[in-house]
Amino acid sequence: MEIVYVYVKKRSEFGKHCNFSDRQAELNIDIPPNPELAKQFMERNPVDTGIQCSISMSEHEANTERFEMETRGVNHIEGGWPKDVNPLELEQTIRFRKKVEKDENYVNTIMQLGSVVEHCIKQNNAIDIYQEYFDDEDAVEVMEEAPSAKTVSVFRDPQEIKRTATHISLHPDGNRKLAVAYSCLNFQRAPEGMSNESYIWDLENPNRPEIVLKPSSPLVTLEYNPKDSHVLLAGCYNGQIACWDTRKGSLVAELSTIEFSHRDPVYGTIWLQSKTGTECFSASTDGQVMWWDVRKMSEPTEVVIMDITKKELLERALGATSLEFEATLPTKFMVGTEQGIVISCNRKAKTPAEKIVCTFSGHHGPIYALQRNPFYPKNFLTVGDWTARIWSEDSRESSIMWTKYHMAYLTDGAWSPVRPAVFFTTKMDGTLDIWDFVFKQCDPALSLKVCDEALFCLRVQDNGCFIACGSQLGTTTLLEVSNGLCTLQRNEKNMVSSIFERETRREKIMETRHREMRLKKKSKAEGRESYPSEEKPALNPEQLVTEAEEEFFNVIFTELKRREAEAMKEKPKPLKLPSLQTEDEVEGEEQGEEERDGEESPTLEGQP
Amino acid sequence: MAEVEETLKRIQSHKGVIGTMVVNAEGIPIRTTLDNSTTVQYAGLLHQLTMKAKSTVRDIDPQNDLTFLRIRSKKHEIMVAPDKEYLLIAIQNPCE
Repeated sequence: MEIVYVYVKKRSEFGKHCNFSDRQAELNIDIPPNPELAKQFMERNPVDTGIQCSISMSEHEANTERFEMETRGVNHIEGGWPKDVNPLELEQTIRFRKKVEKDENYVNTIMQLGSVVEHCIKQNNAIDIYQEYFDDEDAVEVMEEAPSAKTVSVFRDPQEIKRTATHISLHPDGNRKLAVAYSCLNFQRAPEGMSNESYIWDLENPNRPEIVLKPSSPLVTLEYNPKDSHVLLAGCYNGQIACWDTRKGSLVAELSTIEFSHRDPVYGTIWLQSKTGTECFSASTDGQVMWWDVRKMSEPTEVVIMDITKKELLERALGATSLEFEATLPTKFMVGTEQGIVISCNRKAKTPAEKIVCTFSGHHGPIYALQRNPFYPKNFLTVGDWTARIWSEDSRESSIMWTKYHMAYLTDGAWSPVRPAVFFTTKMDGTLDIWDFVFKQCDPALSLKVCDEALFCLRVQDNGCFIACGSQLGTTTLLEVSNGLCTLQRNEKNMVSSIFERETRREKIMETRHREMRLKKKSKAEGRESYPSEEKPALNPEQLVTEAEEEFFNVIFTELKRREAEAMKEKPKPLKLPSLQTEDEVEGEEQGEEERDGEESPTLEGQP
Repeated sequence: MAEVEETLKRIQSHKGVIGTMVVNAEGIPIRTTLDNSTTVQYAGLLHQLTMKAKSTVRDIDPQNDLTFLRIRSKKHEIMVAPDKEYLLIAIQNPCE
């Protein structure tokens, strides 16, 4: 808008000298505010303005005045000579020196100093006083701290009806997430309304699960694909195998068909090392191990039946409760069964009968965990019944090392990925045991009570520092162990390998000894009738049972008879007592008791 | 006089000894077994160093005094026995 002020001047007055005078102020233009214009604008409330409250500072540059420098050298010349002596003249200097040498003081001083210097020279010649004595030992940072572990976070099952956390899997890279499978493993005792959901937790947020997985049947096992961290493999309670892609959502991406799946809950699912990264295998208590390709889940690519008589009969198959696979030995895998036997199998065998290579028996109950030592794959750990055992592939008769029988059932176990001598076990009384067998063999190095209910599963993170354990009420606890337990100690590898070798050798020697003894017995019994070997397994248990029963009853009868006989012997004595009692009742009774106690305490039948 | 000679000779004859010299308070070498230029250098430098060491020791504890100065270097060891007026310097190659 242009503001214009117009004034008039006559042409004859152009160029005239200006005469200024004061004048009152005049209002030329008055533009009042126009509220209509306000409608073009919109009130903004609130308004975000950045303010900074800080000391205002200014920047200056300064340059110092140039300083002149020059490099100079100094030449030393001989000096200190008295004025009359010219250092260059040899004669004068010699004369001076001779004069000094004649001085009495000089002689005494030199004698004294000489002895001191000689002492040091001799010392130098004797030993090297600056020798490094403890060069070979590095500064030993002695980890004096006792092993310890502390809880970092706890993830509780958000559901009302609590389910057991049956399997934990850690995210393959970065370990920021934790996938937990929840189900109720008590046979047909899953409460009504129990949800089938399983969760993926973000370690930063223990309040809410990050992703929810919704299968049609509760999940027993859950594993991240080590190659593709968005894909998870799960084994269901009804025997199906399911696959999820977390990018696609919480519903199942792939599901195996019921007809071709397992008939019992799937207890072990592991991803295989393959180029496509889509192969996996699973095992269940129905006695089958099946191989799958997750792209085509309608039927398994291969099925092996865990029948140790090698006849492929499903009726005789042993139910599998744990599965083991090590990527460095791609054709071999091991299955832990309900009957307490570990079956080692070879996948690439030509005939199905040859797939089963050998068995290791030693546990009294189902084997819940089976893992090879990450540093020494020939040795593996099994956890079942009340003990944890370490086996060597060479020694098939028995385990090479085992823990004592605990008071509570052991439910899961794992090796530490950084220390070959450390392994972890969980128990039904809610304790987590950390064993370090180069430190202590009889007891765990550290035993922690994690929660009051039973602990069911365990998972160790790849750096060996963090352990996640899941409990019966669905609470997953994340623990951090002390430094000493997750850093490799000096010489540990050598010590562990020597321990394993020594124990394996011991077992072998015992094996050969047993075999010799058995051969001796056989040769003795050769004269007698020998039962056909096939029938033996069927007859012997029953026979043994009846024999045991007979023995038991015999022992009971003889003991009873013996007691009766003794009671009969004692009967004449109580007849005497009444005569004594008339005189002094208390004394007599005491006497009688003493007599009886002297003979045999439990016989109270003879008392009147 | 003879004892002085004997002493110095004995010192010089020890295993590993490269050279010995006697320096007076002004830094003038009185007796030496090394050549002149080396002697002059050693005399001048060690004299100053010994003075400094002595004053350091006395500064920390006035009752204390410097009895001996040993400088071990990569190649050899220089041993200086100070006195009020003279310095006896021995250079030895410690046998290792």
